[in-house]
Amino acid sequence: MTTRHTAPSGHVDGLMPDDPTVLEDPEAFDPPAPRRAADRTAPTERTERESTQGLTSTTTGASTASTGGTTAAARTSPSGAGSAETAGPGAGGAGDSGAEAGGAAADGSSAADGISAASRGGSPRALSSDTTRPARVGGRAGALALIARSWRQLTSMRTALVLLFMLAVAAVPGSLLPQRNVNPMKVEEYLADHGSLASWLDRFSFFDVFGAPWFAAIYLLLFISLIGCLWSRVRWHARALFTAPPKAPSRPGRLPGGSTWTSPFEADEAVLRARGVLRGRRFRVAVAPADARRPDGTPDHSAAAEKGYLRETGNLVFHLALVALLAGMGFGSWFGYQGTVLVITGNGFANTLISYDQYNGGELVDPVDLPPFSVMLDRFEATYQDNGQPADFRADVRYAEDRDAPTRTDTVRVNHPLAIGNAKIYLIGHGYAPHFVLRDPAGEIVWESYVPCTPRDGMFTSTCTVKIPDTGLPPLGELRVPQQLAFSGVFTPTTVLDPGHGYVSVFPAARAPGLTLTGFVGNLHLNEGIPQNVYTVDTRDMTQFTMTGPAGADRIAQVVAPNNPQQRTLTGLPGGLSLEVDGVREFATFQTKSDPFKGLVLVASVVIIAGLIASLRVRRRRVWVRATPLDGGGSTVEIGGLSRSDAQGFAAELTALTRRIRDDTAPEDVTPGAENPSTGAPSTASTPTGSTATPGAATPTTTSSSTSSTTSATSEREP
Amino acid sequence: MPVNEGMAELSDLLFRTSIGVYAVGMLGFGAEFAFSRLGRVAGSASAVDEAEAVDAADETAAKQAVLVGAAPAGGGEVGTTGPSGGVPGRTDGRTSPAGDGSPRKGAGSAGADGVTPRASVWIGRLAVVLTIVGWATHVGSVVTRAIAADRVPWGNMYEFSSMICLIAVTTFLVLITRQPLRWLGVFVMVPVVLSMGFAGTVLYVAAGPLVPALDSYWLKIHVAGAIISSGVFLVSAVTTVLFLLKDRWESRLAEVASGRAEASRAMRSRGGIVMRLPSSATLDTITYRIIAFAFPIWTFAIIAGAIWAEAAWGRYWGWDPKETWSFITWVIYAAYLHARATAGWRGRRAAAVSLLAFSALFIDYYLVNLVINGLHSYAGI
Repeated sequence: MTTRHTAPSGHVDGLMPDDPTVLEDPEAFDPPAPRRAADRTAPTERTERESTQGLTSTTTGASTASTGGTTAAARTSPSGAGSAETAGPGAGGAGDSGAEAGGAAADGSSAADGISAASRGGSPRALSSDTTRPARVGGRAGALALIARSWRQLTSMRTALVLLFMLAVAAVPGSLLPQRNVNPMKVEEYLADHGSLASWLDRFSFFDVFGAPWFAAIYLLLFISLIGCLWSRVRWHARALFTAPPKAPSRPGRLPGGSTWTSPFEADEAVLRARGVLRGRRFRVAVAPADARRPDGTPDHSAAAEKGYLRETGNLVFHLALVALLAGMGFGSWFGYQGTVLVITGNGFANTLISYDQYNGGELVDPVDLPPFSVMLDRFEATYQDNGQPADFRADVRYAEDRDAPTRTDTVRVNHPLAIGNAKIYLIGHGYAPHFVLRDPAGEIVWESYVPCTPRDGMFTSTCTVKIPDTGLPPLGELRVPQQLAFSGVFTPTTVLDPGHGYVSVFPAARAPGLTLTGFVGNLHLNEGIPQNVYTVDTRDMTQFTMTGPAGADRIAQVVAPNNPQQRTLTGLPGGLSLEVDGVREFATFQTKSDPFKGLVLVASVVIIAGLIASLRVRRRRVWVRATPLDGGGSTVEIGGLSRSDAQGFAAELTALTRRIRDDTAPEDVTPGAENPSTGAPSTASTPTGSTATPGAATPTTTSSSTSSTTSATSEREP
Repeated sequence: MPVNEGMAELSDLLFRTSIGVYAVGMLGFGAEFAFSRLGRVAGSASAVDEAEAVDAADETAAKQAVLVGAAPAGGGEVGTTGPSGGVPGRTDGRTSPAGDGSPRKGAGSAGADGVTPRASVWIGRLAVVLTIVGWATHVGSVVTRAIAADRVPWGNMYEFSSMICLIAVTTFLVLITRQPLRWLGVFVMVPVVLSMGFAGTVLYVAAGPLVPALDSYWLKIHVAGAIISSGVFLVSAVTTVLFLLKDRWESRLAEVASGRAEASRAMRSRGGIVMRLPSSATLDTITYRIIAFAFPIWTFAIIAGAIWAEAAWGRYWGWDPKETWSFITWVIYAAYLHARATAGWRGRRAAAVSLLAFSALFIDYYLVNLVINGLHSYAGI
C-alpha cells in the first residue's frame, strides 16, 4: 500500500496550519511526545462496539470518548498526523478490555489500518508506531538533541505566535514616539524637551524603532522560524502532490456522512464508475491496483480521492511570498537611496550627496555613482479651497537627466512624481521662505537670504529661525566674543490680529503675510564645529534686544508685513543695523528615491494576497469509495469522506457526490439487494444521529448490509 | 470644484434619517432578543441538555422555549440597555421575579408547550425591515454625498465612518439571509448607531472636494478595501464578545452540572439571554469565518495603500503611524488565525486575540486619525 509520510515532527505545528477548525485536542499541535497508542476508531465503530458490549460508562466519559474518536478520524489527514494522542478518558473509564481493544494507533499511514483492525473483530491490539521513546544518550548526542529541541521549539507555532505578538508590541513605540527616519527634527525637539528619560530611550533606539536591533531580532527570529517551518512543509506538501491520496479505510461508509448501498455491478466495475464521477469533479483519484490485497487477504476494491491541494499550496506560497517581501525590502534598503531637499523657488538641486539636506543611501550604494541629473524649481503654486483645505500643489520644474542632456520641463504634483531613470522625485512638502536683508547704518547690504520657515499647522503658521553669523559688528571683550545676530519669528501667511492669541494665520495662502520677530545678539557658537539644528537658536550666550518698527519703538517683538514697503523694516538693531523683510517666496520639499527592488516587493505582495485567498477559501477534502463483492454477484458500495474545514459546505458536496455515484453504480430497479424499503432513496443529510453531540451516542447504527446512512456531520468536527 | 449644496443637504438628511431608523431597528432587535429567550433554568444537568438543544436547533428551540409571562412592555427598556453591548438583558431579572425563586427544570422541553412569542418574532421581523429601510437611506446618503462632492464618498473621517457602518450593516443583512442570525441584530446595531452618531456629530465635515494627497484613483481602491475590512472586522468583534459571554456561561453550566459550583443568581436571571445565543462553538466558527473573510481584504488594503504611498510619498512603507497601526492590526489578526490552531490558544485565548486585534484597528482608525499626527490625518476636523 501507499505509504503516506507523516509530517516531520515538530513542524506540523508550523505557521498557518491547514485547518484551525479541525483540531480538537490541545495535543494536536504539540511536538509529538511519545505516548500510548490511541483509540483511533471512527465514532460509529466505537458506538457499535460499546453498544454490543453493553458498555456502561459515565456520560462525561462517553462523550469524551466519542470526541476522541472523532478527532482520531481527523488524523487520517496529514496535518493532524504524526502525533499520537492519549486514549480518551472514556476508554479508561470503561475499564474493560473492550475499550482497550479498540486502541489502534494510526499515524497518517496507518489510519485506515487502524480502523480496519478495529472493525475486523476487535481482538485486543495496541499498535504503536509512535511509542518508541528515543534512547537518551549523553554527551554530544545530548547537545545535538538540545539543538534539535531548540530548533523544534523555534519553528513551533507557539513560538511564532509569541514572536508575532512581540512584533506587534514592538511596533507600538514607533508610532507614539517621533522617529528619526520619519521626522528627525521632532526627535531633536523631543530629546530637548524630555531630558534624561529621552536620552535613555534614545540609547535603546526608541527613536529609530524600525531600525533597532531588538526590532530586527524579533522579525529575523520570526522569519527564521517561518523558514524552518516552511522548509519541511514545502517538502512534505511536494511529496503529497506527487503521491496518491491515502488509501480508503476499510469501512468508509462508517465515516460521518458516509453511505452504504448495494450495487448490481461487480466490485471493480463499481469502483471504476465511482472513479469516473470523482474524476469528473476534478478529484485526484487513486484506484487500488487489481492485485492489491487488504490486510486480511481479500482483494482490495477501493478508490481514494482528494481535492483542494490548493489550500496548502496557497498557504505555503503566501508564507514564501512573505519571505520574498522581506528580502525585497532588505535588498531595496541596501541598493536604494533617498535624498530630501528643500528648494526655494528659483533654485534647484543636483542628484549629489552634498545637495541633499538629508540623504540615506543603502550600504551598497556609492554616493559618487548617483546618476547626475539636476532639477530646477521654476514655480510653485498651491491652491486652496475657501476653508483653507489645500486643493492642489504644482511644482513646475526644469530638469536634465545628465550633465549634457537637454533640459526638459515637467510638473511635479502630489501623487504625480517625476521619474528620471531609476529614480523618482516626489513633492512631499512646501512652505514659505521670507527674504531677509541686513543693512549696516550706511545702507549697505551686510547679509541677505531667503530663510525657509517650518510650517506648524494647516494655516501654515510657520516658525522661522534666522542666524546671521557675520554681522560686521566687532567682537566684544578680551575673549573676542563675536556679536552674531539671530531672529526667531512666526510667519503667518494671512495675518489677522486675534485678541487672545496675537497674530495668527487664517488662511494658508500668502494673502497678507506677516512676520512676528524677536532678535538676539551674542555668540551663536556656530564656529565651534558642533552641528546645530538650523531651526532652533541656542540662546545660552545671547541677549534679546529691542527693535523699532511697525509695532512701535524699542519693542522686544516686532511685526513686519513683507508686502508693505512701509511696514517691513526694523531699525534700532545693535550697531545701528537694520533688517528688512522684503518678500516671501514659496519653497518645495522634494524627495528623490530609488529602490531597484520595488518590483520584487510588488510581485511578492500580489502573490501574498493570492496565496492568502487560496489558503483561506479553498477546502481540502478526501473521499473514499470501497466496494466489497457480494456472494451472489454485485457488490456493496461504501462512500465516505473527510474535510479539514468547512463542514457544512463539504456535507452538501458529499451528498451530491454520493447521489451521483449511487446513480452510476446502482441504477434504479436494478438494485437486487435493496431490502430496506424505508431507505430506498437514502440521503446522507437526513437524520442527525449526533455522532459528536449526544452523550453516549445511544443510537447504535444498524450494521446490516443494506443501505444505511450515518450522520450528517461530515467533517471531523462540528463547526 | 463646485459642491452641489442641495445634494449635500439631502445626504445629511438621509444620514440622520438612517441613524434614527437604525436606532428604532436596534430597539426592535433588542426587544425580540429579550422576549424570545429561553426559560430560566437552575443549575442542573438538564441545563446542559438544554444548552445543547439550543445549539442543535437554535431558532426553533429558542422560540418555543420562551419564558411564559414575559411582559411585552419590557422590550423597549432592553433596547435602551444597548450601549453596554456586552452584557445584554439588564431588565430580565425584573420581568419575572417569580422565576428566581422557582427555577423550572427542563424549561426547554416545557417550552415546547406551544407558547410561541409571536409578538417578539414580529418585532424582530419589523426590526429587519427597519434595518433594510435604514440601510437604503444610508446608501442614499452615501450616494448623494458622492454626487454632491463629485467624488468617491470616502474622503474624510465622517465619510469613512459612514461607509464602515454601511458595510457592517450590509454584512449583517447578508449574514441573516444565509443563517438564522437575527439575534445578532442588536449587537451589530448598537456599535453601528453609536459610531454613526459619533460620526454625525464630532467627525462631521461638510461635503467638499478632496485634499490633493487623496486625489488619486488609489483612493477608491485602498480606502474601499480598508472600509470593507474594517466593517467586517467590526462584526467579528461583536461575535467574539458574544462568544466570550456564551463560553463563560457554558463553562459555568458545566461546573454546575458537575456539582462543583452552585447555580448563581445571575444564571437564573441573566442566563436566559445568554442562552439565547448559539453555542460558543458556533459563535467561534462564525467569528473565524468573518475574520478569514476580512483578513485578505485587509491585507489587500494595506498593500494597495503601500502602492499608493509609493506614488504619493515616494516610499511604499515608511512607518507612518497609520501604517504602523495597520501593520500591528494585521499582525494580531494573523496571530488570531494562528492561535486558532495552536494548542492552548484555541477558544477563549483566540477570542482575546481577536478583541486585541480589533482594539488595534480601533486605535488605527480613531486615535491615529484624531490624536497621533501623521500623514493619514485626513479627518478634516
